[in-house]
Amino acid sequence: MARKTNVSEATVVQTSTECPVSLAVNGLEHRESVPVDMLLVDFLRDRLGLTGTKFGCDTGHCGSCTVLVDGLSVKSCTMLAVQADGTQVTTIEGVSGGSVLNALQTALWEQHAVQCGYCTPGMVLSLTDLLSRNSRPSQSEIRHWIDGNVCRCGVYQNVVRAVESLTEPSR
Amino acid sequence: MGTQVLGAPIKRKEDPNLLTGNAKFTADLDLPNIAHVAILHSPEAHAKIKKLDASVASRLPGVIRIFTGADISSKMMPLVCIFKPAGVETQFPPHPYGVPGAQTALATDKVRYVGEWVAAVVAETRKQAYDALSAIDVEYERLPVVTTAEEALRPGAPQLHDSAPGNLCAHVSFGDKKAAEDAIEKAEVVLREKFTIPRQLHQANETRATIARYDAATDEYTLWTNTQIPHGNRFMISSLVLGIPYNKLRVIVPNIGGSYGSKGYLYQDAPLLLVLAKEVGRPLKWVDNREDLSVTTVHARGQVQYATLAGNRDGTIAALSVTNYVNLGAYPATNGPSTPSILTGRSVTGAYAIPNPFYEAYLVYANSVMLGPARGAGRMEAMFLIERLVDMFAREIGMDPAEVRRKNMVRPDQFPYENRLGWTYDSGEYEAALNRALDMAGYSDIQQRKAEARKNGKLLGIGIGSYVTIGGVGPSSRMGKEGLIGSTWASAIVRVHQTGDVTAITGCQPHGQGQITTFAQIAAHELGVPIEKVEIIHSDTLGVPYAQGSYGSRSFSVEGAAIYEACQLVKQKALQMGAHLLGAEEKDVVYTEGKVQTKADPGRAKTLQEIASALWFAWDVPAGMAPGLEVTSYFDPPDFNFPFGTHVAIVEIDEQTGATEVVRYTGVNDVGFMGNPKVVEGQMHGSIAFGIGPALMEQVIYDENGTLLTRDLDTYPIPRPSDMPEFELDSTVTPTPLNGMGAKGAGDVAQPAVAPAIVNAICDALSEFGVRHIDIPATPEKIWRAMRGN
Repeated sequence: MARKTNVSEATVVQTSTECPVSLAVNGLEHRESVPVDMLLVDFLRDRLGLTGTKFGCDTGHCGSCTVLVDGLSVKSCTMLAVQADGTQVTTIEGVSGGSVLNALQTALWEQHAVQCGYCTPGMVLSLTDLLSRNSRPSQSEIRHWIDGNVCRCGVYQNVVRAVESLTEPSR
Repeated sequence: MGTQVLGAPIKRKEDPNLLTGNAKFTADLDLPNIAHVAILHSPEAHAKIKKLDASVASRLPGVIRIFTGADISSKMMPLVCIFKPAGVETQFPPHPYGVPGAQTALATDKVRYVGEWVAAVVAETRKQAYDALSAIDVEYERLPVVTTAEEALRPGAPQLHDSAPGNLCAHVSFGDKKAAEDAIEKAEVVLREKFTIPRQLHQANETRATIARYDAATDEYTLWTNTQIPHGNRFMISSLVLGIPYNKLRVIVPNIGGSYGSKGYLYQDAPLLLVLAKEVGRPLKWVDNREDLSVTTVHARGQVQYATLAGNRDGTIAALSVTNYVNLGAYPATNGPSTPSILTGRSVTGAYAIPNPFYEAYLVYANSVMLGPARGAGRMEAMFLIERLVDMFAREIGMDPAEVRRKNMVRPDQFPYENRLGWTYDSGEYEAALNRALDMAGYSDIQQRKAEARKNGKLLGIGIGSYVTIGGVGPSSRMGKEGLIGSTWASAIVRVHQTGDVTAITGCQPHGQGQITTFAQIAAHELGVPIEKVEIIHSDTLGVPYAQGSYGSRSFSVEGAAIYEACQLVKQKALQMGAHLLGAEEKDVVYTEGKVQTKADPGRAKTLQEIASALWFAWDVPAGMAPGLEVTSYFDPPDFNFPFGTHVAIVEIDEQTGATEVVRYTGVNDVGFMGNPKVVEGQMHGSIAFGIGPALMEQVIYDENGTLLTRDLDTYPIPRPSDMPEFELDSTVTPTPLNGMGAKGAGDVAQPAVAPAIVNAICDALSEFGVRHIDIPATPEKIWRAMRGN
């Protein structure tokens, strides 16, 4: 049995329309012309060189590309760059506000909540969003919140400990 | 002085760089004038390529050039397999050097699995390269497909390779078959069971990626790639695939975003991109995507085991016989035959002294992706088999499964214990770990908990998974005798600078396991210097001595031991130089806490920094002593080490849906001396998560045409944090006599305990339904059907 793919030049769509976007990333204003089909993750990594944002799956499953858009956590592979027009985006490069590590990052460090570190930037931004909504999340709430941030190394338990250490009454 | 740094749960040195997103992974790197590569994969599992026309695609915007198998076949040899099971006949694809061959980087006349590489597009952007793939016109003529080992062995099965008639790579066996048969014949109880262990995908968050550069002026090749074995890649690519001088290839490994055994190979991309970079005269970058990862990166596990366990009504096990059928894939992976042969085969006795064990395996080619190891490699498949059989045996004779384990476990007075399949267990207190784990889990109160759960419509079960798993790979001569075309010793350079700062260069390849911290702990402790003064260099073949990288739970207990040994030699020289500087005899001084002092007057001392500085100036050194304070050490362990432990899972099954929840998970692990208990704990957390997946949800599925149905994270679910309980872990510490620190492997040794503990718990919960066994993954559907007798 033979199987054949018919290809002609007409079937291949190559041109992609450009569109202007204006957004603030980590407090810096950017005005760029981008292809309309460019993903936000590619815009951040390839156009702005902010490679702290990782990509893992292209389908919104793994959460490695999580950033904050107007303060809310978003998987940047599920959003087009043009959809971020007019927003404030925060990437891992922008979270510690001038310090080396903020309190959340320090807690993750202290609790050994990092292994290979590929999920870490997305995890930090996802937890930043959680803590802005809920200053005392329960263990179950933390685990469910980071269900969208896959860590195949298995740091979840130490992430829970880190978040709990931040929200202990003594702090 | 913080000399107690070794063994302390200190924070990891590598983390700030990772927490800030500053750490660079391969895909994060860029080079001037770089172009991008995308790969066209075969949609057919077995077919002849009748026609391949890239003329339309090559005219698309941004496309620089498109390469087919015909374009590169004169420029590179096939990949190789470096594990040739010893002492048996083997059949491999051909290689011009007579070594076992593997696949070619791009197919020429035939494809043998869905995903095989057919063409490579080089374009200005990654998107343009991927867009051009659909415009390449390939006509295939389908051939009959076979996707399982047992079918591939049948007469008349489709044949994959002319050089491997019958599709057999090798038939291996360990132990005494006749003795096992005789013991089975005489035993009071005989259990025969078939276990099907599906394939598992590693699913590291970071896909594989490679950047290649060729410098025409110097004829030098440079590779940036996420491999666990930089030196192995350098050797195989230069000497066995490209035929270029070894010294002209440099391999650099940036940060790696998880591997779990998926990145420890020679894959097509690295040598192919080097050839293509030379052809187009530009640096090239290939970054895989999630959907293609499942066909560009090895799969793991995938065994069909026929097992017989024989024993007596007093609970003693008399014999174990296993015949295993394993599909290696369409071609062998770099080390493909090793896992189902030695790692499973020599390990199937687990923690038990079984008088008459026998194991044989048929390693077979079939139309699917290559098979390699994954975290818990081979030993998970072995522990699942023995731990399930022990539970079945206990049920058969009406004895508590914990008691059957106690009756058969290797006792402390039996070490070193040869398990009659070729492993010599070094040290252990197996029963102590079992008893501790049962105490932690509340084993004695379980009937009460079962009754309580039942009131809520839940079936509660408890399951034990004991393990003894090989770590610390390994003694080189032994690995050579097993069939490894290579070596497994470790290397380290320890250099004390004139400032007192220490550089330790390791042949290990850290990719998440914390060696930059734990290796610095070794050097800091042994030399008596603050850990802040120690830097760890690794993963660049320029400047790092040849060594084997990281796999097989070998980093700390083998490569770490090389740093430990190097430090002893540094101290020895420092002692001689210190004595010289103090005007004392060597016998009258000691090295302690970073200085050499006289025994008579500890106040008379020279610090390591003063000694290193004096050796750097070298104005006044003892006769015959060379300047500088630097030692290169090679460590070849005398044997493997054998970590052990017991995990206990408690599950609740929903009677209505068949869904399983792991409600409690306890474990006791013994990896000998722990350089950093928090790092070891992290490895255990990861290992357990990597075991819960295959126990409950993960499996690779091929259809009858050889099409892979589980190509993304929708079709291939992996465990999420809310799927797992808090793990309750403890340790015992039984040092190994095989290295100076008493440390054993830790990275993947406990993973094999998980699936048997969970499935034993599920079968315990379902005991009233007469359910004897449920194959992994124990999905709700399987359990629901088992409860209803269909």
